[in-house]
Amino acid sequence: MVVDEGIQSELQKQGVYLTTWDQLVNWGRSNSIWPLQFGLACCAIEMIASAASRYDIARFGSEIFRASPRQADLMIVAGTVTKKMAPQVVRLYNQMAEPKYVISMGACATSGGPFHKGYNVLKGIDRYIPVDVYIPGCPPTPEGLLEGLQKLQQRIKETSMGQAMRQKLDAYPVPEYGAAGLTPRYNPEVWQPPAQHPFDYQRAPVPPATPGGPGPSAPTSPPLPVS
Amino acid sequence: MLPSLDELKTALEQQLPGVSLTVDGSVLVVASKDLTAVCRYLKDSDRFRFDYLANLTAVDYPPDPAGGGAGRMDVVYHLYSMEKRHGPLTLRVQLTRLRPVVASVTPLWRGAEFQEREVYDLFGVTFDGHPDLRRILMWEGFQGHPMRKDYVPENQNLAD
Amino acid sequence: MDPVASTARTAPTELLEINLGPQHPSTHGVFRMMVTLDGETIVKLKPVFGYLHRNHEQIGEGSTYIASFPFTDRLDYFNAMSNNFGLALAIEKLGGVAASERGEFLRVIMVELTRLVNHVAVTGFLLNDMGAFGTPLLYAFREREKILDLFEACSGSRMMCNYVRPGGVREDVPEEWLAGARAIVDDFPRFLDEFEKLLTENEIIQQRTKQVGILPKTLAINASVTGPMLRASGVNYDIRKVDGYSIYPRFQFKVPLGTVGDVYDRYYVRILEMRESVKILQQALKGVPGGPAISPKGLALVKAPRTFRPPKGEAYGRIEAPKGELGFYLVSDGTPQPYRYHIRAPSFVNLTILEDMCLGQKVADAVIILGSVDIVLGEVDR
Repeated sequence: MVVDEGIQSELQKQGVYLTTWDQLVNWGRSNSIWPLQFGLACCAIEMIASAASRYDIARFGSEIFRASPRQADLMIVAGTVTKKMAPQVVRLYNQMAEPKYVISMGACATSGGPFHKGYNVLKGIDRYIPVDVYIPGCPPTPEGLLEGLQKLQQRIKETSMGQAMRQKLDAYPVPEYGAAGLTPRYNPEVWQPPAQHPFDYQRAPVPPATPGGPGPSAPTSPPLPVS
Repeated sequence: MLPSLDELKTALEQQLPGVSLTVDGSVLVVASKDLTAVCRYLKDSDRFRFDYLANLTAVDYPPDPAGGGAGRMDVVYHLYSMEKRHGPLTLRVQLTRLRPVVASVTPLWRGAEFQEREVYDLFGVTFDGHPDLRRILMWEGFQGHPMRKDYVPENQNLAD
Repeated sequence: MDPVASTARTAPTELLEINLGPQHPSTHGVFRMMVTLDGETIVKLKPVFGYLHRNHEQIGEGSTYIASFPFTDRLDYFNAMSNNFGLALAIEKLGGVAASERGEFLRVIMVELTRLVNHVAVTGFLLNDMGAFGTPLLYAFREREKILDLFEACSGSRMMCNYVRPGGVREDVPEEWLAGARAIVDDFPRFLDEFEKLLTENEIIQQRTKQVGILPKTLAINASVTGPMLRASGVNYDIRKVDGYSIYPRFQFKVPLGTVGDVYDRYYVRILEMRESVKILQQALKGVPGGPAISPKGLALVKAPRTFRPPKGEAYGRIEAPKGELGFYLVSDGTPQPYRYHIRAPSFVNLTILEDMCLGQKVADAVIILGSVDIVLGEVDR
């Protein structure tokens, strides 16, 4: 329950002073995080398995998965977020009461996952809402989810009450359906596209450089966009 | 047992004079104007009784950029018979790619309802006589038909 | 005259349109139903989906045939092994690849284990929807975890196994694995007896599910319904018996049929199918032959996917997946990538008559009817 001396001094250098009262409250807060019942795809099954009797997330305080966002502290985005579903996810996040946390479970919620080449897949939910913990895996085993939950608990223990109360209180803007995607494509306050990415999947198809080299096979149909 | 495709073609031409059918490998190609008549006969006849439509989808053949040709859009049907336990029979209807229109088989086989909506959503084929033809997988304001070979998805990293 | 009754007849009423989903505890994923209600009775129901449309077919057109196998795992994410099997069968038909003996036996064992996992979990979820707050679900998941341990031992992953290949299976299994599988399969009927004792004669379940959501036989055939839902309406059509694919003709098993086609029949048909699957598994596990786990042509395909160029043509391969008929339609143009790759998903087609089954029922019944249809959104939206 008592936070480590080394961590305390690090936090103090950044202007966060944890009183004993803070530590008591944080102990209570971190050991009873109630998640929102919100599974999108395959990762939801592993989330249910972690709530079942073998892995038992209730040992860590997440006793009940609440159906209503007003009653939940944590939103575990488990599964691929598509463009059609993204406005609903942001609306649900807005309806949760502060202090609220987001765990992005699985590769799809983090960055699009195996389905990133697609006209309907949102490449990561962190484009619209702030994420606290990312859990890699496809799907992560229930042990992975439990470790992510423990990291979140550690993070909560290192916040002071003042910081928790000062969390952003306005709603995050909900994206709208556009002609070919969502508008806006991302929320600039929350996420910025990387400056230069070595595997830029959005480029147009490039014709082969050498005439004798391996070209596109069977040119009866136009080359598919490399996306 | 299901007769061979050539026998089936002869039987259909006898029953429904004026239909144009071709046998292409293991597929029976039906002209788009005859689709309803052929399907109704296949479903109701005592000899064949194809009461189960297993699969309805489309294949896009865009025009060849090097050669000529206008390209075409094919709608494919897989029929089985639950009563007589034979099948599959593969039917293809060849349509133009610019404005593909074909009669809907939903009045005959109810199971075609959602599958035709999916083909309309992803390929742009209009089905005459469908009770509720609107997009099913993409949202209502979406423009374009994503499964066509010449569809280019948007770049999600652009700010605007 | 009763004053309350007379006001009920003359008071003005309105139809109420509500949304069930996409975030809802009992819609089995991101599925939305726009329901128009007259009091508590359903007058109109329109399903809306596409919230999990992950363009699987477009990805399949850009990848080789083998590269699509991990994506088939994520179609019906409950039953990864049977999805793999469907694609392997379609590729075998397209490219003329035969499977090895041992590979066939292992494939059938995996698919029947998957059927057990699916039916037991669906029953657990259905009971959860009815309000048995978690108890049957926890029993079901306990059995599921035992079988998932087997899957993890043979393929490396609990759920997304990516194990079946055209020609056989990816890796062979050691003798200890087969012994472990035999132990679990022999123990399963005892668990089913325990499960049934709690549920089948239970008065609450009988009152809530009998005569609810009736699907008549002719409508079921006309609406292309397949799987346990079709057999609960009384139609004897099981693709394992009709097509006789793989080595199913060698095993003796019955096809359980329902009579009325209500939710209770669908639940009970699934329990009986689990017993039949146990019979198939016992026969298969007794007679697994030696030999390679994958045929030579299949092995060549797996080792060098880009050299596999099936002849121009098309193939439609279908299997009896736990949810219905899962079909893969492949069109080849002679290149290592398929020209068109389409999945005929059972949950998508079975949803067509959801509205017909729910009209006139109460809202609470709509939730149970949806649970008995047994959908998985990964398959519905692909």
